[in-house]
Amino acid sequence: MIRPDPFNLIVSGIGGQGNILLSRIVGRLMFKAGYYVNIGETFGAAQRGGSVFSAVRISKKRIYGPIVPDGHANAIISLEALEALRVLSRYGNPKVAAVVNTEPIYPVAVLSRRAEYPGEDDIRRAVSKASGRAFFFNATRMALDLGAPIVVNIVMLGGLVGVGLLPLEASLVEEEIKTSVPGSKTELNLTAFRKGISAVAV
Amino acid sequence: MATIDQYETGSTHFLLGNEAIARGALESGVNFVTGYPGTPSSEIVATLAQVAAEGRLHVEWSTNELAAVEGAGAAATAGLRSLSAMKNAGLSVALDFLTHFAYTGLGNRDGAMVTVVCDDPHGHSSGDETDSRWLARFASTPMLEPLTCQQALDLVKYAFDLSERHGQLIFYRGYTRLCHSSSPVTMGRTRRKQNQLYSDTSISLNPYLAITKHTALSEKLDKIRREFEACPFNSYEGPEKPDLIIVCSGAGYLCAHEAAELLGLQDLIGFVKLVTLWPFPSKFVRKHLKKAGKVLVVEEVDSFVESLVKESILDGGMSGIKIYGQGSGHLPLVGEIAPDPVARALADITGIPYESFSQDYRDIIEKDLNPLIINRGLTWCAGCPHRASFWALDKAVKADGRDAYVTGEIGCSTLDVFPEGKEQIKLLHSMGSGTGSAAGLGQLEPFKYLQPVIAVCGDSSFFHSSVPRLINAVYNNSKMLQIILDNSATAMTGFQAHPGTGKNALGDEAPRMDIAEICRSLGCQVTVADPFEIKASVRTIRNLLKREGVQVLIMHRSCEIVRMKAEKTHPFDIEIDELACKGEECAICSSSFRCPAIFQNPVTGKAGLKHELCAGCGVCADICPFKAIIKKKDVRR
Repeated sequence: MIRPDPFNLIVSGIGGQGNILLSRIVGRLMFKAGYYVNIGETFGAAQRGGSVFSAVRISKKRIYGPIVPDGHANAIISLEALEALRVLSRYGNPKVAAVVNTEPIYPVAVLSRRAEYPGEDDIRRAVSKASGRAFFFNATRMALDLGAPIVVNIVMLGGLVGVGLLPLEASLVEEEIKTSVPGSKTELNLTAFRKGISAVAV
Repeated sequence: MATIDQYETGSTHFLLGNEAIARGALESGVNFVTGYPGTPSSEIVATLAQVAAEGRLHVEWSTNELAAVEGAGAAATAGLRSLSAMKNAGLSVALDFLTHFAYTGLGNRDGAMVTVVCDDPHGHSSGDETDSRWLARFASTPMLEPLTCQQALDLVKYAFDLSERHGQLIFYRGYTRLCHSSSPVTMGRTRRKQNQLYSDTSISLNPYLAITKHTALSEKLDKIRREFEACPFNSYEGPEKPDLIIVCSGAGYLCAHEAAELLGLQDLIGFVKLVTLWPFPSKFVRKHLKKAGKVLVVEEVDSFVESLVKESILDGGMSGIKIYGQGSGHLPLVGEIAPDPVARALADITGIPYESFSQDYRDIIEKDLNPLIINRGLTWCAGCPHRASFWALDKAVKADGRDAYVTGEIGCSTLDVFPEGKEQIKLLHSMGSGTGSAAGLGQLEPFKYLQPVIAVCGDSSFFHSSVPRLINAVYNNSKMLQIILDNSATAMTGFQAHPGTGKNALGDEAPRMDIAEICRSLGCQVTVADPFEIKASVRTIRNLLKREGVQVLIMHRSCEIVRMKAEKTHPFDIEIDELACKGEECAICSSSFRCPAIFQNPVTGKAGLKHELCAGCGVCADICPFKAIIKKKDVRR
């Protein structure tokens, strides 16, 4: 069972980080487990270095709309550190759980020195204050260690499953990963997924 | 992965709204599909292209939306079932044909045609959030709009059926929150029937005798309106004696339903769910309005339905009904609809309080979160040739010293206008408009307009609509430089093929149109440059700015994403020589070139490289004044 119902998961990041694949894997699994699922996505121009996010809305009752009401996220996975703050400022509440990749991707405003990227400690402090539970790890570093920055989304999926917020069984997730990535990349993605699980294990 | 034609009847799959529309088309027995890419519509044609089959389903990326509807319209007059898909801006392009096509009708008993137009409320991926529902009324063309992904599939079948029975084109409106939502959708049976084709030479389909044809069209629309009054897609959900009626359509329905739930009002509210938007089923709406004295209309962008509800009340001589919505100031006049504004409207109408956040949490947002948040504007990908082209353009314009004026248009080149671009383009509106605008400015010398004029367009836009404007420029003796940023892809919308790529929508070989040859044949002087050769490009642009007539400069280099997919390796491995780097003193590579892969490392005080983002194009090495960025042959792969 999920609690509350509807359960609202928000997956945020930067265009190109693979948040759509991540949210679709979760969505398909929850749908297979007998839930109504609706995923609202932003893509298009947002691919070009912009903020992107998907809202995964899960319920036993009915299909919910693709837009989460303000203040109503139940879990946030952020593939990029700053994006966690952006999502919390609109959808956060004292009970929300946040799983955050600590690696920054600098907005061009930072590159061109019109703004300063906050320090990791500041981000951790703000996320922790604005959430019920917060988990931080450097998923990008883990993906780079595997020689494939592209699997950062699957590392983060491991984080979500490891935290245990949704009734997602690791073995079923692995099956879904196998059908979602090219055969030659299966082992790489499974390793990334397991790394993510252990990253949040206490 | 299975393609959507392989899903079994009765099985349920997780589909994107656009994929549901595509499946609906297959279940309608669609034979002929056309369109031009545009977010949020692109996946409809792209999905159907995957299942195209010779002799049964033709799928094409058309040169532009006008060509798309003309081809699809003609196919329908010959007896086929045709579909075109485009974004809202595209429907404006197609309208010249469609307004006349409404007058003639399909003229064939078997043919049917559906034009899918996808609006982008909030302009998530668009320059505007124009509401195309008005164009249904403008073009005297019936319009349908689904509420959910499942209905998106089912409604396509009704649209084709309606089109065939009445011999008229039908508009089908999608919107971002439908097109780009995924949810479980249950499949119906795909239809494989193909009608006997025949163009009837005993009749002439033309709009002349406008009054006669307009009269017949009005009668037909009235017949369709009567059908809509009883159409099962329009429905009522709620108690027989509700406290409040919400008339909702499109994205408004799920938002309104949720808002009612947030306030605990779900059992007290009646929802009038409208799917047939035009002609407006006034009697159906009036019947349900009577159930309560208070009505809230929930829709997004313009108050299209609200106006029609008010019109219906007047026409029906009803009184004593209070209408809430945009007109009453309860719902926003701009932007997409979401649960919160509806919840606030309901709170105001019913007196039940609703707050999205507690005061404590609001304080956290304002004091702890917001001060740290930085806007993340759009920019070109690392390795994008456009960044290099605009860098060169900026340098050349500065060196030229006459304050050259740059016009632009839609596509990845558009990203220049944002603070993250190079902010060279100062006049930008629609597909190909940069050329048309420059052609006008280039004729102002007699009025003492002395600035050089430069138009920038992409390669797909060149074919879409720059060509007639270029003809206009040459024909009317304009003086301008047309820069064509040819990255061999319709990159912004997902790398779809176009006439310059040598491929068609199916990925098969197609005749390749040569941009340079086309321009030469029009009488333009053509120069070709490689944007990655920065110094040469700057020189070339400066020289061309001194010339008369219509100069064309093609800056040719493949889109980095397309190149990487094909070659799977970076040209160079980039390294930063921290001894040579002047760090903050210079920072040209990060603060001026603005490649997302380069930053100023606060630890070293020097330029730093984000290896996971770097495309290894090497342009940063060429622009570094201190030779502190080194390009080595990439040996990683």
